[in-house]
Amino acid sequence: MPDATHVLKMEAPTAPPGPWREFWLSFSRSRGAMIGLGLVVALLLLAVFAEVVAPHPPNEQYRESFLTPPAWAEGGSMRFILGTDPVGRDILSRIIYGTRLSLLIGLISVVISLSLGVVLGLVAGYFRGLTETVIMRMMDVMLALPSLLLAIAVVAILGPGLANAMYAIAIVLLPHYVRLARAAVIGEAGKEYVASSRIAGAGTMRIMFNTILPNCTAPLIVQATLGFSTAILDAAALGFLGLGAQPPTPEWGSMLASALEFIQRAPWVVTFPGLAILITVLAFNLMGDGLRDALDPKLKR
Amino acid sequence: MTVGLLEARALTRHYRVSLGMFRPKGLVRALDGVSFTLREGETLAVVGESGCGKSTLARQVTMIERPTSGQLLLDGQDAGTANAALRKRLRPLVQMVFQNPFASLNPRKKVGTLLMEPLAINTTQSSTERQDAARAMMDRVGLRPEHFGRYPHMFSGGQRQRIAVARALMLHPRLVVADEPVSALDVSIQAQVLNLLMDLQQEMGIAYLFVSHNLQVVRHIADAVLVMYLGKTVEEGPKATIFARPAHPYTRALLASTPSLSAAGRGVRVPLTGELPSPLNPPGGCAFHKRCPHAIPRCATEVPLLAPLGNSRVACHRAEELNA
Amino acid sequence: MALLDIAGLTVEFGTEKAPFKAVDGIDFAIDAGEIVGVVGESGSGKTVTALALMGLIDFPGRVKARSIVFAGRDLATISDRERRALVGKDIAMIFQDPLASLNPCFTVAFQLMETLRIHGTDEERHHRAVRRARALSLLEQVEIPDAAARLDAFPHQLSGGMAQRVMIAMAIACNPRLLIADEPTTALDVTVQAQVLALLTRLQRERNMALILITHDLALVAETAHRVVVMYAGQEVETGPVPGVFETPRHPYTQALLAALPEHNEDNERLKSIPGMVPGQHDRPTGCLLSPRCTYAVERCRRDMPAMTGSADRRVRCHFPLDAAGLPTGGWKHEAAHVENPA
Repeated sequence: MPDATHVLKMEAPTAPPGPWREFWLSFSRSRGAMIGLGLVVALLLLAVFAEVVAPHPPNEQYRESFLTPPAWAEGGSMRFILGTDPVGRDILSRIIYGTRLSLLIGLISVVISLSLGVVLGLVAGYFRGLTETVIMRMMDVMLALPSLLLAIAVVAILGPGLANAMYAIAIVLLPHYVRLARAAVIGEAGKEYVASSRIAGAGTMRIMFNTILPNCTAPLIVQATLGFSTAILDAAALGFLGLGAQPPTPEWGSMLASALEFIQRAPWVVTFPGLAILITVLAFNLMGDGLRDALDPKLKR
Repeated sequence: MTVGLLEARALTRHYRVSLGMFRPKGLVRALDGVSFTLREGETLAVVGESGCGKSTLARQVTMIERPTSGQLLLDGQDAGTANAALRKRLRPLVQMVFQNPFASLNPRKKVGTLLMEPLAINTTQSSTERQDAARAMMDRVGLRPEHFGRYPHMFSGGQRQRIAVARALMLHPRLVVADEPVSALDVSIQAQVLNLLMDLQQEMGIAYLFVSHNLQVVRHIADAVLVMYLGKTVEEGPKATIFARPAHPYTRALLASTPSLSAAGRGVRVPLTGELPSPLNPPGGCAFHKRCPHAIPRCATEVPLLAPLGNSRVACHRAEELNA
Repeated sequence: MALLDIAGLTVEFGTEKAPFKAVDGIDFAIDAGEIVGVVGESGSGKTVTALALMGLIDFPGRVKARSIVFAGRDLATISDRERRALVGKDIAMIFQDPLASLNPCFTVAFQLMETLRIHGTDEERHHRAVRRARALSLLEQVEIPDAAARLDAFPHQLSGGMAQRVMIAMAIACNPRLLIADEPTTALDVTVQAQVLALLTRLQRERNMALILITHDLALVAETAHRVVVMYAGQEVETGPVPGVFETPRHPYTQALLAALPEHNEDNERLKSIPGMVPGQHDRPTGCLLSPRCTYAVERCRRDMPAMTGSADRRVRCHFPLDAAGLPTGGWKHEAAHVENPA
């Protein structure tokens, strides 16, 4: 029976806040972060419910309404709130469907890149030596090339198209995650709790993925969120160059490309897709900054 | 001859360190020919200051690293050159409690998970069996049931050490290496944790390899004491002998430097001069000779061997002379 | 006249409505040439007290005091600028971890000279060579071997003991009248600790400095200090001369703390530990802060906060201070065990 002197008094009547709640308290304190989060949620909803929200199908060409101005301008109507493009498709609907595409591109590119990057970074940081050198030098080579050129090169090899654009973007993002993961692993690997797990008999796999990895997530989460916006921008650039989404897919970048010649005559065709890209990237960046601020102080603790 | 639970024979661990890009690598003799025996249920205290090799010794005994040379026998089996399968079998024998209660628990795991991990790795118990074992151990070390689902950062230093002790005991080890387990704790919490360690030793017959620089604590808890300096043993023997009649000048200096509450407990206070030599460039002969008040020319050239003196062993050329 | 005389020092955090008193109404006095030890465990408020003295408590901490009189001037009433001029020069502080307290980007010489440039004599403030010579002499005074070479070393090239000596050199550079040392030797090995303490006491004697030694190590205070202040949970619980307080403690906490030391327990027997933990922000008891853990606690203890009683020399915060035999006085009667929260 434990001695009375062993049993400890309860610290407080209620348990201290768990890590999720603590994180939420920090995160919600930043106004920018909350705005970013709100925008991201709105975009997500738009993407999911595109069929319900969009007034028209995205690829439907209304032959009698080429280049109609937006509703508030002269000659516009409420039928096409943001106007139509050169072949008569409703811009608003295309932007809404484009949200789905952009978020999908961002998600898939980041997920592929993150998973591969984390594994490579973990392996490099844990084993050090020759393995680390080989992996990191490969990443250095990739970083030496300007990201867009690298993406173009990959797409040139694989061929144009949305799926290939996603793989290209994933490759471009890869070195950042590898470096982050490696740095985090090196920082954690010397700590006593890792030695403790080793003494408990944990094998290499368990130590890498079960013990160390959960402690490296904070910078990776921040980078992933910011990576989202980079992915969307890169996808738009590829689309603009005609290497990503092919017409008639309503991807924002390719919408910009096909509308360039009309920039003076019908500026709305270029402005609104551009604004959509801007708002989305801004939203993810704000959220990413907020995440970093909320997660970092804990890192320093 | 009784076989000890843990036997070290000339245990040695050297590290090669980089001294710069174009210079040859340096050699740090972190552990240099240390030998001792630890029997079941005993407490051997390893005493020394930074750089003496006690942390390296802890890493050797817990099989995190392999020795450069020498033997480490655990329950009669050679742990130093063991293959992966043998090491896996030997793991449950030796566990460790670390010094820093804030760094030795995985911040992302709940207490319950931390306690169940050793069982998950080493046994085939079901999830419920593991949970029951974890809860029972929590109760044994004085934690409350609701602590099971909490994260380490929600606890104080003393509570975290209890969690660390509980985790170390999950596999029912016969030897626990305690690396300065109470150094970072307040006096009153230190007393609680030391009591816990002593109770568990009585109850479960655990042997302790107790690494510490706090001689008051060592005097209280140890059966035998091993004093180390720059990777070598300078003196070793039963606690009573070491504290009553320290033979080696370094041991005497350590005891004399330890503050004591009562005037009766204080020795002649002659502070040791100089600093610990760099482990990359140790002095020739006896590593302590440059700071030793009793050094003779022989000390600078010849390394003293650990030789018996009464019921302890001392590595000093002038041991008999100084302790006549 | 005391060199430093503090009355009613309180440091609060949190909101005005629900303040957390890290330090609660400390009265403290020290004379020139005296060594006072401040002992306490984590959460006792000893470090916060020292920081408050130096004006290092930042917002949202609030420092209040009835008076803080240093060499005749009330620190609480002077402007920030005047305080800064005073504090770096006449009051100096050294901290626990010397490697964290020294700027890793600058050499030892630079850091020493910087102090002299701001607080030194006229000559030192204007002439670089004078400052450098003084820096060298300071390093020699703190017994750093091969001082000339060490002048241009960076902090990370120094051992813990060396770095602490550099800190001491920086602290005494302007001949302070009061030196506050916050756990100066906790991070050091025991032989280095002895060396650094010998150095501190020698300097203190030579310069007739007052020294406030903050530590959790009772034995250290017993060997070094003239007087001791025992703190618990932000309050002063006992003050008196060394070794008197350690031989015949008047406060149950002091008594329990001494009893928990391995020195005062039979070898290999269970130590007499104090059950429970220091109250934090959320579980402060009404009445005496020690009452949930005190073996002598009775109803009155749990109800009323005791005030400091006793003579100027020996004060205690307890309703039933202990006598020379270690038993409570003042009409204390043993009550049946009251188990409120099993500690």
